[in-house]
Amino acid sequence: MNTDELHELATAAKEAQTAFDHRIIVCSGTGCQSLQSEQVYESIEGELKSRGIGHRCSVVHGGCRGLCEAGPLVSVEPDHLLYQGVKTDDAPELVDSLDAAPVERLTLDVSIPFFSRQKKIVLEHNGMIDPESIESYMATGGYSTLVRILAELTPAQVIEQLTKSGLRGRGGAGYSTGLKWNTVAKAVANHRYVVCNGDEGDPGAFMDRSVMEDVPHQLIEGMLIAAYAVGADAGYLYVRAEYPLAVKRLRRAIRQAEKHGLLGHDICGTRFSFKLDIRLGAGAFVCGEETALIASIEGRRGTPRPRPPYPAAHGIWGYPTLINNVETFANIVPVLREGGEWFSTIGTERSKGTKVFALTGSVSHTGLIEVPMGITLREIVYEIGGLPPGKRFKAVQTGGPSGGCIPAEHLDIPVDYESLAQVGSFMGSGGMIVIDESACMVDVAKFFMEFCMSESCGKCIPCRVGTAEMYHLLDKITLGEATLDDLAMLEDLADVVKHSSLCGLGQGSPNPVVSTLRYFRSEYLAHIVDKTCPAGVCTIHQEVGV
Amino acid sequence: MRTKTTALPSEDKRWRIVMATMRKHGFAPDALIETLHSAQEAFGYLDDVALRYAADSLGIPISRVYGVATFYNLFTLKPQGEHTCVVCLGTACYIKGGPQILSALEQATGIKRGETTPDKQVSLVVARCLGTCGLAPACVFDGDVAGKIEPSQAVARIKEWETT
Repeated sequence: MNTDELHELATAAKEAQTAFDHRIIVCSGTGCQSLQSEQVYESIEGELKSRGIGHRCSVVHGGCRGLCEAGPLVSVEPDHLLYQGVKTDDAPELVDSLDAAPVERLTLDVSIPFFSRQKKIVLEHNGMIDPESIESYMATGGYSTLVRILAELTPAQVIEQLTKSGLRGRGGAGYSTGLKWNTVAKAVANHRYVVCNGDEGDPGAFMDRSVMEDVPHQLIEGMLIAAYAVGADAGYLYVRAEYPLAVKRLRRAIRQAEKHGLLGHDICGTRFSFKLDIRLGAGAFVCGEETALIASIEGRRGTPRPRPPYPAAHGIWGYPTLINNVETFANIVPVLREGGEWFSTIGTERSKGTKVFALTGSVSHTGLIEVPMGITLREIVYEIGGLPPGKRFKAVQTGGPSGGCIPAEHLDIPVDYESLAQVGSFMGSGGMIVIDESACMVDVAKFFMEFCMSESCGKCIPCRVGTAEMYHLLDKITLGEATLDDLAMLEDLADVVKHSSLCGLGQGSPNPVVSTLRYFRSEYLAHIVDKTCPAGVCTIHQEVGV
Repeated sequence: MRTKTTALPSEDKRWRIVMATMRKHGFAPDALIETLHSAQEAFGYLDDVALRYAADSLGIPISRVYGVATFYNLFTLKPQGEHTCVVCLGTACYIKGGPQILSALEQATGIKRGETTPDKQVSLVVARCLGTCGLAPACVFDGDVAGKIEPSQAVARIKEWETT
């Protein structure tokens, strides 16, 4: 594959698309599929066929448009129409409308803030690509960045661009991606690995699933550029087994890329070779931690080990290993295509680019959003999401089980790594759950503690025993059986677990408790002193006759 | 790469699928998790025979195989029911009523989460997060995701299985 060949393939694919007067794109993400989008696809296909207009109108699969709750979503191009809640019975009316006025009752207004306030870089293809077709990706310029880099840039120049961009890891901790790549590239070894961490285990987060399902090739191209930059010749995509559709599409994408000579030996006629394999998780949250993930790839129990040495120096089978999260790799192609300088103009002083969030909970518009760093939480919650009528905002939870709950008084902070940490939360991988007045914050803290307790791998005592003890204390509080001494013990334990656990799972596990104690202490006290749950969630057994 | 292969545990053709998975990975010890996935997919669960077969074929101690099989939540050493209902208890589902769905199902089936009915018809499983938070609360009935579901609807779906 060289530039000319790729250009030829891309042009052919583009021409094939524009040969149709209308292209109907049916979302095939997990959300829409569970709302029968496949049946909708088939009924539209049948309708086109029976009318004999298949030669000028086509129906294809597309990726996620973000607003999963309004699915199944169907777009019509080049008319820029988006229909929501499409049923199989709507197919005739939809096909009728192709050369006439749009179907008004199904039209989704794309000028609402949910769409207009977003800025798409990672999700730049916006569901317009057929996830199962490499040609569809090539038609939009896919793989041209890789081909150009291989022909024009040295690995050091690639890393220089990345460092200039200011991109930071999107897995949560926010380590500089350029620095990490540089460390792996400089490690002395004759063999290096590149690993994509697709073990998205945070409850309430599904950004990475969407990227893997919708644009598998964008991810693979990003990994290829990484492998070229750090000098790796083999890599793994570690995907949680709970995402069967993502696994299926990634497998297919790897086969397609191999067939086109974009994976394998002597890629694009250069001496660069890269072999990519998929490894399945098996339901262990801790495997998102990088040393546990390496253990799992090596076929062992996913238990973390102390760092240093970091995987960048000592990773899979002891070789230097670059581990980045899905969203980080998905950023690579746009960054290298447009240049580091361009990327560094987006976002805030220290957090560049955009962040994809899974906005869920008590909001009118739930789904996937990509926003520039520096946007305020208030804009996300009230404008993009919008509170449902009659609901009152209480807190927004970010960062999953290692994150915290942010109350209304801090809604005006900009979304970036440092600001979120300052108010006691955490960027995390991108789950953002809006909590309204009907939820009990002690119950929420207990929910996350139960999660950490069950998911603790058991290797280090502070996490194994500490999370269990904290859970029991929280349970006592929600049952109305705790004393103020128990509360003091809970705070004490939170401190111990945070500072003495081996890995991020344990270290982060007290965060939901600490942050709810910081902002919603009165709710804890109501359970302990007044024996009532202000939100009416917890069942407190009142002692009779006291 | 190991070339010597262990004999299949029985005539059952499904063992060949498991064998093929191991062969694809050159019988390397790091193929253990892939092998267990393959065995569980073929047989529905992992029994002693499957664990021993994996250990012998990949040349690793049975203790390590057992350790891995019990470490990961997705592997099960007990046979599952004919039908499986997964209730999501991720954060979004938890807040939007997942626990109520679970208790309704527990009441209707008479079993607790993680258990299978005595007639081996229905298994009730709890998921950490299905990643379909936009459709919270969600359940999976034999692989079909159902979103924005009410406890009564979930119970109705289970009852459908009983009658068929």
